[in-house]
Amino acid sequence: MTKLTGAQILIKVLKQEGVELVFGYPGGVLIPIYDALYDADIRHILPRHEQGGAHAADGYARATGKVGVCIGTSGPGATNLVTGIATAYMDSVPLVAITGQVQTSLIGGDAFQEVDITGITRPITKHNYLVKDVNDLQRILKEAFHIARTGRPGPVLVDIPKDVSVAVGIYNSKLSDNIEIRGYKPNYKGHIGQIKKAVELINKAKQPIIYAGGGVKISGATKELYELAKTINAPVALTLMALGSFPPDDKLYLGMLGMHGTYYANMSINHSDLIIAIGARFDDRVTGKLEEFAPNAQIIHIDIDPAAISKNVKVDIPIVGDVKTVLTDMLNYVKEKEHKEWLKQIDVWKKQQPLTYNQTESGPLKPQYIIEEIYNLTKGEAIIATEVGQHQMWTAQYYKFTNPRHFISSGGLGTMGFGLPASMGAQLGCPDKRVICIAGDGSLQMNIQELATIREHNIPVIIALLNNSYLGMVRQWQELFFKKRYMATDLVKNPNFTKIANAYDIKALKITKKSEVVPAIKEALKNKEPYLLDFIINREENVFPMVPAGAAVSNMILGGEN
Amino acid sequence: MHHIISVTVENKFGVLSRIAGLFAGRGYNIGSLAVGPTEKEDISTIVLTVSGDDKIIEQVIKQLNRLIDVIKVVDLTEKEIVKRELLLIKISAEHTTKRSELFQICEVFKSKIVGITNKNVIIELSGAPAKIDAFINIMRPYGILEVSRTGLIALAR
Repeated sequence: MTKLTGAQILIKVLKQEGVELVFGYPGGVLIPIYDALYDADIRHILPRHEQGGAHAADGYARATGKVGVCIGTSGPGATNLVTGIATAYMDSVPLVAITGQVQTSLIGGDAFQEVDITGITRPITKHNYLVKDVNDLQRILKEAFHIARTGRPGPVLVDIPKDVSVAVGIYNSKLSDNIEIRGYKPNYKGHIGQIKKAVELINKAKQPIIYAGGGVKISGATKELYELAKTINAPVALTLMALGSFPPDDKLYLGMLGMHGTYYANMSINHSDLIIAIGARFDDRVTGKLEEFAPNAQIIHIDIDPAAISKNVKVDIPIVGDVKTVLTDMLNYVKEKEHKEWLKQIDVWKKQQPLTYNQTESGPLKPQYIIEEIYNLTKGEAIIATEVGQHQMWTAQYYKFTNPRHFISSGGLGTMGFGLPASMGAQLGCPDKRVICIAGDGSLQMNIQELATIREHNIPVIIALLNNSYLGMVRQWQELFFKKRYMATDLVKNPNFTKIANAYDIKALKITKKSEVVPAIKEALKNKEPYLLDFIINREENVFPMVPAGAAVSNMILGGEN
Repeated sequence: MHHIISVTVENKFGVLSRIAGLFAGRGYNIGSLAVGPTEKEDISTIVLTVSGDDKIIEQVIKQLNRLIDVIKVVDLTEKEIVKRELLLIKISAEHTTKRSELFQICEVFKSKIVGITNKNVIIELSGAPAKIDAFINIMRPYGILEVSRTGLIALAR
């Protein structure tokens, strides 16, 4: 038992939890904590906006699998974290957000920079705490990390009033790492009876499909997924969150499914007689119109979150548990299968409607081509962070990910402004990797101030800007469903992005022709330094295939060139 | 269908707002809600009634279970339970002629008169919600001034 200030206790716990870097922005009530950070052996990165800090911590967590930590001051500092916290919540990313709060005696009195951040973040955190007594701080912080990283991971916010970080309290260096919370006991081991029932269905199925989501990545179960697919010869469709969880060149691979998924993934799931859903949550972007989703399929659903099961789609065999643990058990019972007819049918679909585009030598730049060249020149080994919109979908379609922690993208919340700071966090977490942020010109401007952070710490991310001077995804919807009435989507007055990069002392190139693409990417990859590539792409290029929102998955729009 | 759900929670500040917020955010309808301490100082019980089809009720229970401060959730609907609600009702009684009639009804319902002034009478009644509803209906002609109900509490046998 030692006596320490609240701020010192915070530093102790961060160290103990293995935190090597934090993304934080100081402010009045945080000064005591920052004073303790001054002496601490923890790297501190100052984003230029708290939202950037939250996304950076998120990107760090997604790339490394560790808990990301961000810090913001009371009031606006805390509210600026909110979008980042919600982004992490929707994609089950382990995050601990520390906020400063006005001193306890002022809480509730509308004090300067006071906001009820635990109230605001209640529906977008896995749990949150307002610390009222310094003697609770150590336990609360340990619980926060435990809750963030276990079960279905998610963000946890700890709100620390100024007087709590100044007050002296008890720090117990022998406090056990075994956290006991009676209301929180995630279930890792799947029910064997349920697993056997699932295997019975799998053995009987004629047209099974595996639909795998982000849970596979979180649980580290790519090997088990592969073994299951190979044993039962079932095709595998991945969600956006799972890209990289299955070898992209394997004949069983169907690519991404859903709104901008491949024709053959959507056809396969709709004609299947059994869906094996693994760590996925039947998001509306995957299922389309629920009433017409996979009408003949029985459904097995493996998920660690009981509430994810039968939330949107009625499930026949639910299995609550950790994906890796459940699949390991399941592999003991499944029998080898061939499914020749089914796979032959899928091959026909694959040949009928592959993903295609047409890049001519002299015509406008095609974003798909740029992404394929980025893939080629990075040998598929780069970590790719994206913003949100058309470029995100093209990346999902055309970059063949081989590691699920190499694709960092806001799936559930769809947060524009996520990519640039997330790429920063990913690069800091994985210094030996090349990190590329594939961005759109709309999204990039939402957190463009982080170029300053990138410069300050010489974070060598490459920004591949697919610039069509449109809010392209909304424009695409306006074109297809609103008679080309382009309301508020034309960004023709965009700034000169290469000049902006240069103003931050970041090298940049503008690329307008096909012949310039490969040399430009090579140039950016040459040195380990930040670089911005401003690719001026075909303005009205669309993302296809597309399932219109609310339509059945079978009603895909396949696109002009097909 | 109406479900009666008993939620055992940590007796901490903010728990009620987590539950109320969950219902509001996900669009579930709370019929009534009663919170109170239990025999253990650090645990409270919340009894709530909620309407919805089986799918909604299943989600309600699962979402409640997801809250870290929720220790246990039990759907009491299908169980053999004792359910009670407490009513305080204020009736206009300016016309003294009506009073004796009022008192007779009170006796039938085994309710108590807990307050009398020149202008009104306050009556206390406990019982199952149907009994409370019936009593309120009978009181209507006498002129109900105010009603306060606790919401349902329940225990499985």
